[in-house]
Amino acid sequence: MKDMLTVSSSPHLKHPDTTSGIMLDVIIALAPAAIYGCILFGIRALLLIFTCIISAVLAEYIWCKLLKKPISIGDLSAVVTGLLLAMNLSSAVPICIAAIGSAVAIIVVKQMFGGLGFNFANPAITARIVLLVSFPSYMAEFLEPVMYDAVTSATPLVREAGAYTFNELFFGMHGGCIGETSAFLLIVGGLYLILRRVINPIIPVCFIGTVALFSLIFGENVIQQVFGGGLILGAIFMATDYTTSPTTNKGKLIFGIGCGLLTFVIRRFASLPEGVSSSILLMNILVPYINKATLTKPFGVRK
Amino acid sequence: MAKKESILRPVKKIRGGANLPHLKATAEMESVVMPTPAVVKIPLSQHIGAPAKPVVKNGDKVFVGTLIGEAQGFVSANIHSSVSGTVKAVGEIVMNGLPTMCVTIESDGKMEKDPNLAPFKVEKAEDIAEAARQSGLVGLGGAGFPASVKLTPDSKKKITTLVVNGAECEPYITSDYRECIENYNDVLEGIYLIKRMLGIKRVRLCIESNKDEAIKKLYEIASDRRDKKDKIKLMRLPERYPQGAEKVIVYSATGRKIAPGKLPSDVKCIVMNITSIGTLYRFITTGMPLVSKRITVDGTAVKEPKNVIVPIGTPIRELLDFVGEIDENADKILMGGPMMGIALNDLDAVVEKRNNGITVMKETKKAPQTPCIRCGRCAAKCPMGLYPAMVEAATRKNDIEAINGLNVNACMECGCCSYMCPAKRPLVQSMRLAKAQLRREKK
Repeated sequence: MKDMLTVSSSPHLKHPDTTSGIMLDVIIALAPAAIYGCILFGIRALLLIFTCIISAVLAEYIWCKLLKKPISIGDLSAVVTGLLLAMNLSSAVPICIAAIGSAVAIIVVKQMFGGLGFNFANPAITARIVLLVSFPSYMAEFLEPVMYDAVTSATPLVREAGAYTFNELFFGMHGGCIGETSAFLLIVGGLYLILRRVINPIIPVCFIGTVALFSLIFGENVIQQVFGGGLILGAIFMATDYTTSPTTNKGKLIFGIGCGLLTFVIRRFASLPEGVSSSILLMNILVPYINKATLTKPFGVRK
Repeated sequence: MAKKESILRPVKKIRGGANLPHLKATAEMESVVMPTPAVVKIPLSQHIGAPAKPVVKNGDKVFVGTLIGEAQGFVSANIHSSVSGTVKAVGEIVMNGLPTMCVTIESDGKMEKDPNLAPFKVEKAEDIAEAARQSGLVGLGGAGFPASVKLTPDSKKKITTLVVNGAECEPYITSDYRECIENYNDVLEGIYLIKRMLGIKRVRLCIESNKDEAIKKLYEIASDRRDKKDKIKLMRLPERYPQGAEKVIVYSATGRKIAPGKLPSDVKCIVMNITSIGTLYRFITTGMPLVSKRITVDGTAVKEPKNVIVPIGTPIRELLDFVGEIDENADKILMGGPMMGIALNDLDAVVEKRNNGITVMKETKKAPQTPCIRCGRCAAKCPMGLYPAMVEAATRKNDIEAINGLNVNACMECGCCSYMCPAKRPLVQSMRLAKAQLRREKK
């Protein structure tokens, strides 16, 4: 027995899950779709992914050093942000623009609001929107997949219905952003996260379900709307970001439906081809209000 | 053979809670009696409420079961000598960092019973409470609430259900389970007696499903009873921490929710721990008050875990010496289990009435603390439906207004939030801090 005993507050057992473990799970879940993106779009995609990750981690490191805060890169959240941003970029985006995007995500969106857990908007999504606004021409350029003979196009969403078969859409044999093409691999990653209890299925199911439902009602091609754009990537990996989504189950339901509704409205009525990022960002802003409105009463207190 | 269908299933599932490792290595080990310690120090406050008043002085000869401290007021409990010998000191000593009124008794090693002990006659409802009062019984599950208080009949509150708590959801601890196996007769007869005397209609004997041996044993004996008045129902509860918490077990057993600040009697229930009932029945039949406890000594640093029957007031040091080798990397000694146990800094602290386990833990590598990532696990797992992460944020800012709206006083400090937290935030600690801040504010 040690001479000096440790005295601490109960409980004295801790679950093995850690913040970095959760982030690692997200990286593992994203990996298949990211690797497929590299195969589909070639070496440029790989280069972009590495650029974004390194830029994000470096930005976090420099920020912490400058502000004399403990170095927080070990929690892997910067890696997740970099990876997510890269997966949301077209493989045609110049390297330096991608690096700027990552730095913006970490410094402006995350660290300036207090760092991990305090940012009100999803860093990767906000950075993507910043890049879209700042460098519209670069961001709108898309490269042909190296693997298939496909028409160069931003996303299957802008093509006429029936231009793609279900298999092409579901397994990702088409153009688009690096990580959004293979709905199948993204769903596999999502199921992994649900099984590992990292994410709760409420948000993705409500998000995707709402988009599918409204597409059906308004006579859009449901398959194309659901699997064609960035919906699966956004719904599973971006909308479920802990910090920027509601805590309560009822809140998650509202958030998911809200995201789906906004995505559909933007896609159909606005002049943008894609609405997932903007809708998630808009709903991010509402999260504190959703949380407040959906707080449950303690055990035994009548409503 | 027990018919499976007549063992009840819980009425309601618990909200939240954690799936803990059970680690009940001592479950099948018969309890061993510890040799009488040379000196016992018996604190006069081992319960919630007013401390007992010492009724012995230096040099007095005492026996096992001799009254040494008298209950002061309604919410208080008698204290009895746990050994035979001579009183050496009555006064304040520092125990685990706190000044504690104690009666120090030097044992003569004979463990002679007090010759005045006699069986207690129970004839009417009030006698049960009187027996509990005289025996010094407190809630043995860990709360330490004087048992006489809840057993006192109240004309305004009709009690319809007795919930017998044998959940024992803390990891490692098996002392209630051993009580079911070793003293099942006392437990069952005690239940029948309380049921008859207090005119209680329903009894729910609740045991977690990891203790099927105990369920089977009690079921077989209980189902032999033909007398309709002695009808009790066993309930097999799922293994989920904190199943044994009072509000949780009442909800599981009856579906009734106890609001914050309310008692089981407000929903027509009495909750009693299995060992409490066994102890009460032993007092009624033999006159021997609560003077010893069965303590599970286990934990990652204990080489040979045991269930030990220990006289109250035995120093933890002697108990650990008796149990045997402790790993050299042991750095935490807990009074209780690993979820709610109190970390000791003083091995001269003693075994008290409400103890049921001593857990000795090896030093472990701590995962790094990060800022809260708002995953919401703490709130999802809180059996009381609170928001620990919000409480932590509010206490950090000393935001009394926010704390006021978060119902922190409903928290029972079960530890599910801190256990689950991937960011390793000190959530239970901030709950305690918030309660203290509220108390300060009220003054």
